[in-house]
Amino acid sequence: MTWVGQRVARKEDLPLVTGTGLYVPDLKLTGTLEVAFVRSPHAHARITALDTAEALQAEGVVCVLTGPEIRGKVRPMVLDQEAAPPGLETAEPEIHPATIEILADGEVRHVGQAVAAVVADSRYRAEDAAELVRVDYEELPAAIDPQKRDNPIVFENVPGNVQARYRIRVGDADAALAGAAHRLALNVRSQRVTAAPMETRGVLASTVGEETNVWSSTQIPWWVRNAIAGSLGIPQRLVRVQIPHMGGGFGLKVNVYPEEVLITYLSRLLQRPVRWVEDRVEHLIASGHARDQLHHVEAAFEDDGRITAVRDRFVLDSGVACPYPLSSAYNVASHFRSMYAIPHFAIDGECVLTHKMFNLPYRGAGRPEAAFVMDRVMNAVAQELGLDPADVIRRNLIPDEAQPYSMRMPYRDGHEVVYDARGFPAAFERLLELIGYEEHRRSPRPGRGIGLGTYVEGTGVGPFESGQLQLDSEGRVVVYSGCAPHGQGLETTMSQVVADAFGLTPEAVVFKAGDTALMPFGAGTFASRSVVTAGAAIIESSNRLLNRIKAIAGELMEMAPEDLEVGEGMVRARGVPTRGVSLKEVFRASSPGPGARLPAGMDAGTTETFYWVPPTVTWGFGVVGAVVQVDPETGVVKVEKLVMLHDCGRVINPLIVEGQVEGGLLQGVGATLYEEVVYDAAGQPRATTFLDYLLPTSAEVPEIVQESLEGAPSERNPLGVKGVGESGPIAPPAAIANAIIDALRPLNVQLNELPLTPPKVLAAIEQARA
Amino acid sequence: MTLADFLRGELGLTGTHLGCEHGVCGACTVLIDGASARSCLTLAVQAAGHEVTTIEGLGTPENPHPLMRAFSEMHGLQCGFCTPGFIVSAFEYLREHPQPNREEMRRDLSGNICRCTGYVKIFASIERAAELMSS
Ligand code: FES
Ligand code: FES
Repeated sequence: MTWVGQRVARKEDLPLVTGTGLYVPDLKLTGTLEVAFVRSPHAHARITALDTAEALQAEGVVCVLTGPEIRGKVRPMVLDQEAAPPGLETAEPEIHPATIEILADGEVRHVGQAVAAVVADSRYRAEDAAELVRVDYEELPAAIDPQKRDNPIVFENVPGNVQARYRIRVGDADAALAGAAHRLALNVRSQRVTAAPMETRGVLASTVGEETNVWSSTQIPWWVRNAIAGSLGIPQRLVRVQIPHMGGGFGLKVNVYPEEVLITYLSRLLQRPVRWVEDRVEHLIASGHARDQLHHVEAAFEDDGRITAVRDRFVLDSGVACPYPLSSAYNVASHFRSMYAIPHFAIDGECVLTHKMFNLPYRGAGRPEAAFVMDRVMNAVAQELGLDPADVIRRNLIPDEAQPYSMRMPYRDGHEVVYDARGFPAAFERLLELIGYEEHRRSPRPGRGIGLGTYVEGTGVGPFESGQLQLDSEGRVVVYSGCAPHGQGLETTMSQVVADAFGLTPEAVVFKAGDTALMPFGAGTFASRSVVTAGAAIIESSNRLLNRIKAIAGELMEMAPEDLEVGEGMVRARGVPTRGVSLKEVFRASSPGPGARLPAGMDAGTTETFYWVPPTVTWGFGVVGAVVQVDPETGVVKVEKLVMLHDCGRVINPLIVEGQVEGGLLQGVGATLYEEVVYDAAGQPRATTFLDYLLPTSAEVPEIVQESLEGAPSERNPLGVKGVGESGPIAPPAAIANAIIDALRPLNVQLNELPLTPPKVLAAIEQARA
Repeated sequence: MTLADFLRGELGLTGTHLGCEHGVCGACTVLIDGASARSCLTLAVQAAGHEVTTIEGLGTPENPHPLMRAFSEMHGLQCGFCTPGFIVSAFEYLREHPQPNREEMRRDLSGNICRCTGYVKIFASIERAAELMSS
């Protein structure tokens, strides 16, 4: 039997369901000190006085650190992890590194920035003492609206506050717009949101001598290690970063944070275990936010709804930093035209600094923003021409005979965007059938609407991922990888893959990841990439290990390796199943020293390693339909049903893929209807608890119908897979907005600003009536 | 000191999680004399003289509660952070409604937030647990 493709229940669940899992807040080391931060109450201010004397006297306090005290010892992080790769020259990218300060030194640049760290023997005492730290501020004018061009400068190294910019020109959009039969223009906004994983951030560091062990709730342990070492000016080998159990990330934990550096520093300074666990209020103001893009888009189209040109200009509000300007902003360009053949395309994107928390990629990373603009345009074209929105989409879809279709522009890895997917029209027709579209058009019910959305998704991005395999003394296959799973079920899916390669059960495979001590190089789990990239690395190292096993067994059995096969923990002679040796015996024979029975020239051990560098991304796609019920008197929207069809190549575990899609779709509902990180005009965050930042609950779950399109397996990786983790939240904003517009027909409502709260829906109704 | 901090810190029962510490997310749900309560908003002293049941009291890795088995079987969890609180709430729900139905569950369990699963498989897990418990 093969395990790939089966609905295998997860191996990783038992500790999690019994409450015996260990997340950072659950780890306890003898003598651990706890940290509380003093954070800036101002968006932009000069620190005129800073007095820690009283706090230092407080009971249980061990130390208080401020920016001036760590000057020269802990360097700010200057992140240029997304320098433009070769191939991206035509986009004319201009990227300034993002600066992330560890503790404010002289100036604070956003509400929530850490100003001082108070270390005490308990969190309660640390928090009490933090209130005794006296900070005087002189408020300064703040950059709040990124559209304004006369804002105060946020960082000197970023002229005009434009931290990153790029432009793409495909064909001649200007000429096409000038000569178009019809044109429209919209302002479309994706609001500032936050990923809000249920576990906040947290770091524990413990130092023995020169070496520090760091447990952090992060998606990128290797990068955290490297950044800590860089900031502290110490060799990477002195820092080991691992993730214990982790309560979600969704992109928010794909950044290196000041606290990770500082807690490590404190542990080295004090030679004690030191821990900080973020509370939810801190999380909402001092963990990365996302999206916050305002687009001005124009489209040219024909009488039948075919779009000939799109021209878009957008500004992404970076806050004090946009550490991943290509992911957050350039992804918008490379996913903008979705499943559509639009010959002329121009886009100009800018990431502009303001005095707010920094802006990170959040599940979908630029794609939900792009999809919202594109499919709002599609729907607006239909509204403008009085056509059925489904017809407009249909007429713009890339036909199968045009695949593999080039979008005639580079992806963010520098390679040309060429879709390796097909079946767009068939998927779209199937969506209409599943959602009962024709029936709804024929006899619409009052207040009920159906809206449609589409997306494409480049998945499995580089730079690389690692896989290492070896046997253990029990004859099990032990797999190490540089990914960092935290809910995606990789232990199970990767065990399924390896189980098939070795003819074992998933239970006989041991999977470990997310620990920099495992391997010298690793990247992490983000960007719908782990199954693709770690999977490829693991399958390649599986092949190498199989060859090694056969070579050693050949030595033991005095047979040629080609005549052997591996399965069920044994190596057997092909066609003579009674002749064989066990993997345990192979392990023993691989040992160094006198017991070794290795072929001439082979090193001892069974370890095989492979680093997979993807040729470029592999493209998934999907379509989403939303059914909503709208109350035109109150503006309240209820999403009744979401239907999604998605292509993620070969499916390893349908149960897990369904779970990813369901969770992603509901995050999409949240971002469409409820969630917003609000800053007021003075730069004060207004959503600082879950009472103000509204997450979808079980009461908001629509009926969800999904189908995995059994498309051709990807040819861009050996497993034939495509990523799926981010797919869910991409299309719902457009689908739901279009559904509300449909529900309110014959009013010609426009809904272009997320979230679509009842007051906004009411205002749109009023505007359409006027 | 809150009940949550007491359970987690003094007693080392870290299965009770803290997702918000302001009474919204339900990750810290425990039973006090059988009724669900938010341990982040309850003071430890308020629990004096009462029976407190945490996730650890419902089952163990050696002997998991049917809800625990069902959550795994039906993929009712991803990161698992909300899971103990959810299972405690679901335990109370199933006690009151041995035959779960989705409309009720949607309403009665809306005090527990899960950011990963979209709740669909949590509902399925609870239905499966009801089956396991009745057989
Ligand atoms: S931690 Fe108690 S409700 Fe969130
Ligand atoms: S499983 Fe992650 S929050 Fe529920």
